Amino acid sequence: MSRLNIELPGLNLKNPVMPASGCFGFGREFSKLYDLNQLGSVMIKATTKEPRFGNPTPRVAETSAGMLNAIGLQNPGLDKVMNEELPWLEQFNLPIIANVAGSREEDYVEVAQTISKAPNVHALELNISCPNVKEGGIAFGTIPEVAKNLTKRVKEVSEVPVYVKLSPNVSNIADMAKAVEDGGADGLTMINTLLGMRIDLKTGKPVLANKSGGLSGPAIKPVAIRMIHEVSQAVSIPIIGMGGIQNAEDVLEYFFAGASAVAVGTANFTDPFVCPKIIEELPVLMDKLGISHISDCRGRSWKTNELFAHNRA
Amino acid sequence: MIKNEKLSVVSHRKLANRIFEMTLCGELVTEMDQPGQFVHIKVSNGVDPLLRRPISISSINSEKKQFTIIYRSEGQGTALLAAKEGGQEIDVLGPLGNGFSEHEAEPGDTAVLVGGGIGVPPLYELSKRLTGKGVTVIHVLGFQTKDAVFYEEEFKKLGETYIATADGTHGTKGFVTDILEKLTVRMDVIYSCGPGPMLKALEQKYGHKKLFLSLEERMGCGIGACFACVCHTADDPEGVSYKKVCSDGPVFRAGEVLL
Repeated sequence: MSRLNIELPGLNLKNPVMPASGCFGFGREFSKLYDLNQLGSVMIKATTKEPRFGNPTPRVAETSAGMLNAIGLQNPGLDKVMNEELPWLEQFNLPIIANVAGSREEDYVEVAQTISKAPNVHALELNISCPNVKEGGIAFGTIPEVAKNLTKRVKEVSEVPVYVKLSPNVSNIADMAKAVEDGGADGLTMINTLLGMRIDLKTGKPVLANKSGGLSGPAIKPVAIRMIHEVSQAVSIPIIGMGGIQNAEDVLEYFFAGASAVAVGTANFTDPFVCPKIIEELPVLMDKLGISHISDCRGRSWKTNELFAHNRA
Repeated sequence: MIKNEKLSVVSHRKLANRIFEMTLCGELVTEMDQPGQFVHIKVSNGVDPLLRRPISISSINSEKKQFTIIYRSEGQGTALLAAKEGGQEIDVLGPLGNGFSEHEAEPGDTAVLVGGGIGVPPLYELSKRLTGKGVTVIHVLGFQTKDAVFYEEEFKKLGETYIATADGTHGTKGFVTDILEKLTVRMDVIYSCGPGPMLKALEQKYGHKKLFLSLEERMGCGIGACFACVCHTADDPEGVSYKKVCSDGPVFRAGEVLL
């Protein structure tokens, strides 16, 4: 499978496909369905210092070609993730990307410092873009200077490379990307969900108990593609792309936009076998399009032909 | 073991107002070992609607590799399902969840099966299994109105069956709890499935007995990964401990989760 391997800061991936954070728990449910070793990596569910129950239900609502969620970062807390979930994941040959969240800067720093010491955590994903918590989360992800400072603080303590997960709910995504690159980020993951709402016709009230939620699924793919197209030309750190990926075609579109790897989120909910299916489909599609290695696809949408030919040589 | 398979529609018919019965055939049936489990159905071939629809299994025929679901055509998703015809294939994930344990009732016991509306279907397979092992089964089924009543004859064949309708157009006027209050039988085990208020009322009155409740909640993945259908545990109502309705339930013992 040498046509699919990808090298990124901290991550030596056998293929560029991984489940996105919050859509895969800590892998236990999916491990009963297929061998997780097939995956490039796993982005584990956001971990906060203390356990969180999350928001009241209903927490999901459907929209055309998408879904809204307002789970609210439910997770068992740092201690349990360190003592139970990560050790359990050690049975697999998987470089783990740990999603780190918090409501205060100190929380992020503490979680990052501790979780980056776990032997199978090869990178952090700094979650400054969750739209569903009252404090923290997105508050850190909408002001470039705040995001930069937080990145810097986390970089100081982390023992592994730090990727910052960007929110699309900003006025200028490239400014955000450049700010966290300045703060020392080793990579970006994008995009998190778009803030949305649905209202129940019978009650006249929002469907979600949290009122608003994060929109994910195929509906947001064009938004992500456009943002990655822009950001990949504005920064020099790699991007793990996500948002509505359902098949191998979508993966290539993300690479063409400028991503160096991809994460699959909501599609895991409709087809729990989607990740291994995509990994299997990819070489077939690459054959069809005459692509010898997946990394040849990166940035094709904006690279000049000469650059492209050079990359392939 | 959870499987994903394209199953063929063997039969599909309307049972009552907006209530449909569909029988499906495929290998996945061999994995079904408990009444009260559900399947997660992809109702469209595309992305609208995106999510699957969780629907409980009402009866299982292992020999023929067939099972039956009964559902109410309510929104966009179930309306699409209602349009499926015999011979068509449907993408099904399942079986999912933990159902009713028939072992909780011993031969010679009396089990009362209480269902409300579209919560009635999973009790049918349960009743067949309980009667099959020598448990006396009594059914107490509640519906909104006469037009919504289904499977009355089927349940009657298995045991005493009482019907309540909210508007009194069929059976007793009122709720299932009105019928239960007048029942003089021994209730060794109570199995129930129905709307939240019904389950709450049952837990209040019969929580001291061996009572099992099957919950309904809006679901995302159906396998325990998305955390859409969580509920608090009863012993930690404000805290962080939780159960997932899809994968820890949907059937819980009374007093286990906060209703």
